[in-house]
Amino acid sequence: MLLLIQYTLIFATVLTLVALAGMFSERSGVINLGLEGIMVIGGLGGALMMHFLPETANPFLVVFVGIISSIIFGLIYSMLLAVAAVTFKADQTITGTAMNILAPAFATVVVKALTLKETGKATPRLEYITFHNYFVFRIGEMEFNWFFILMILFVAIAWIVLYKTKFGLRLMSCGENPQAADSVGINVIRYRYIGVAISGILGGLGGFAFINSANSQWSFDYGVAGFGFLALAVMIFGQWKPIFILLGALLFGFFRTFDNVATSIPFIKDLAIDPTFYKMLPYIVCLVVLMFTSKKSRAPKAEGIPYDKSTR
Amino acid sequence: MEKKKIMIDKCGSFCKKVFKSEGFSSILTSVICILIGLLIGFIVLLCIAPEGALKGIQTIILNFFTYTKSSLRLKYFGKTLVYTAPLILCGLSVLFAYKTGLFNIGAAGQYTVATGVAIIAAVAWNCPWYVCLLLAILAGAFWGSLVGFLKAFFSINEVISAIMLNWIGLYLINMCVKNSKAWDSIKYETLSIEKYNPSALLPTIGLDKLFNFEYAGIGLLFAIIIPIIIFIILKYTTFGYELKATGFNKTASEYAGMKGKFNTIITMAISGGLAGLGAGVFYLSGVMPYYCPTSGALSMGFNGISSAFLGGLSPIGTIFSSYFLTHITQAGALLDTNYYSSQISDLISSIIIYLCAFTHIFKYLLKKAFNKKNKEVNGNVEDKKDDSIDVKEIVEEVDDKLLDNNIEKTKNEISNNFKDGVNNFFKKIKDGTNKSFEKIKDLFKKKD
Repeated sequence: MLLLIQYTLIFATVLTLVALAGMFSERSGVINLGLEGIMVIGGLGGALMMHFLPETANPFLVVFVGIISSIIFGLIYSMLLAVAAVTFKADQTITGTAMNILAPAFATVVVKALTLKETGKATPRLEYITFHNYFVFRIGEMEFNWFFILMILFVAIAWIVLYKTKFGLRLMSCGENPQAADSVGINVIRYRYIGVAISGILGGLGGFAFINSANSQWSFDYGVAGFGFLALAVMIFGQWKPIFILLGALLFGFFRTFDNVATSIPFIKDLAIDPTFYKMLPYIVCLVVLMFTSKKSRAPKAEGIPYDKSTR
Repeated sequence: MEKKKIMIDKCGSFCKKVFKSEGFSSILTSVICILIGLLIGFIVLLCIAPEGALKGIQTIILNFFTYTKSSLRLKYFGKTLVYTAPLILCGLSVLFAYKTGLFNIGAAGQYTVATGVAIIAAVAWNCPWYVCLLLAILAGAFWGSLVGFLKAFFSINEVISAIMLNWIGLYLINMCVKNSKAWDSIKYETLSIEKYNPSALLPTIGLDKLFNFEYAGIGLLFAIIIPIIIFIILKYTTFGYELKATGFNKTASEYAGMKGKFNTIITMAISGGLAGLGAGVFYLSGVMPYYCPTSGALSMGFNGISSAFLGGLSPIGTIFSSYFLTHITQAGALLDTNYYSSQISDLISSIIIYLCAFTHIFKYLLKKAFNKKNKEVNGNVEDKKDDSIDVKEIVEEVDDKLLDNNIEKTKNEISNNFKDGVNNFFKKIKDGTNKSFEKIKDLFKKKD
């Protein structure tokens, strides 16, 4: 049972971080379908940094450098979306999809080139086993990781920023009615860039949290197993609100956990359902939930529409 | 002499029409995307291992031409074509949905589901090939229509639901395949269709001998005929018009008496059916077994997005873009593994699709370049129609414009004719023949 809670928290952490990433972007009016790609690149950034750090490095330094590097990688990668979707008014769906295809290809090429140079044999796997334990700490029997703390922190910050600061309200106005926002002197283009940038930061961090907390090595041709899209569903379920997103992520994380713990919990094992079914479960739950929530959904009104000054 | 001049004149105006048509600018933007993509790919190769970069990019561009034996060349050309066929159909799947206002990112899932069904039908149920193919199409269509259903009745964004269905479809089909007779649990792949049920293999109709590649067959014909059918449906039928109208404005089309919800579902069903046909055509040729991947739905469907957009969202363009993408992806396997991994090709094609998002910018810039010149030419005509016209200047401008757009080659061939043609035009204006003057005006209007 403890394992169930532990895994739920890990997955919920990732989902919350990435869903918050999607939220900031969409609140500013840009649909970020590229979250999956941003996660891969963020994970790549963190993993590369950990791969290169010497084994004797200070644990806090490892955690800090890993996180910062994943954030920077995610941020840079998200700019691909910002440039295309905000400056050049490209179709946001296509751009996001392209970013999702690009990221695993790029990560695989980089990691394979690296492993080829180091070991003489190209493999998409990058290992950083030694550092894995630095990211977890224990309270009693429970194992937590630092990302969980960060996640709680970010939810609180996101709530305060979005509802209690000038910046957040302006950001939301750009997603609801950019023409009106512009008419009162808000620089829509700048706010959208910032929205996508925050999205890149949180998405990169989420990707790092994903590949780090579940594994001690990562095969980059695998991507991040659709977590970016699950996070988008969590965001829609959470109605683009930080607290709801956290609750939604806990729910989805719980269902995602079944796949990992099905064999170790007696009464679930007794049901003798094909284990592949548990892999499908979070996606099925997601669809069912969306069936009931989509009609009432309150998406930012101007999301997906490039801002054109001449339409004011 | 006069006759010849008229002919030249026609040739000139035809060339002008070609340069300014929507199709030409689409092709040009796609070529720009490809060139930039290849350039970035070359830079990546340089960064990884500079000593092999030139040979690497050569290999990627040339693919099977790197073989010296002509029989091998032919064989690998055939192989490339066999891999192109499903990509064309997946591209059409994405394109068809996109033309009607839906983004079918679920082609990958539809393709995967159809693959599983086709193989189970072929090996476990011993069906003949046409039944297998039909079942594959139906499976894809069903999986696609689910997306349409969720969109029409529960207003779930088709992108999100399609992605969820991709994963559900993948795991569902893996579960079905692994529990069926078609699964070889020792080799960890599906049983060979060739060995267990040869009647399920698609007829080769001599194409296997033509290309010296045993898996080439009727699938290649599908890949040529279906795009043409889709082109006709979208352009010339009421049905196609209705689907497009629904995509454009669902409420308005419902007001006009079209069944909006029904159209959404039927669009996604057709789109899914196309992806399913692609899967059937590929796996029923026996070229490879199904491995039950766990890391995600088969990438062919996602690549369909690339081929549709690189092809300028035209069914015919998709044929060529699909071939190109397969060409460079297949070439990835030929790269020197001491330096590079085959994923470089994937990287290049994904950069190209990213650039495809900018197509309307490229088009806009091209149009702007054309229009700017047009206005100048037009201005000249209006200002100077009473006086003598400086033909030379105009011709030079037109020439500049051609040069600007990197079409020197064509330009060299036609510029002489072109000059004569333009000369002839303005002579006629001088003579005051109203008819020809209007003709020119029409011509300029068309340019806009």
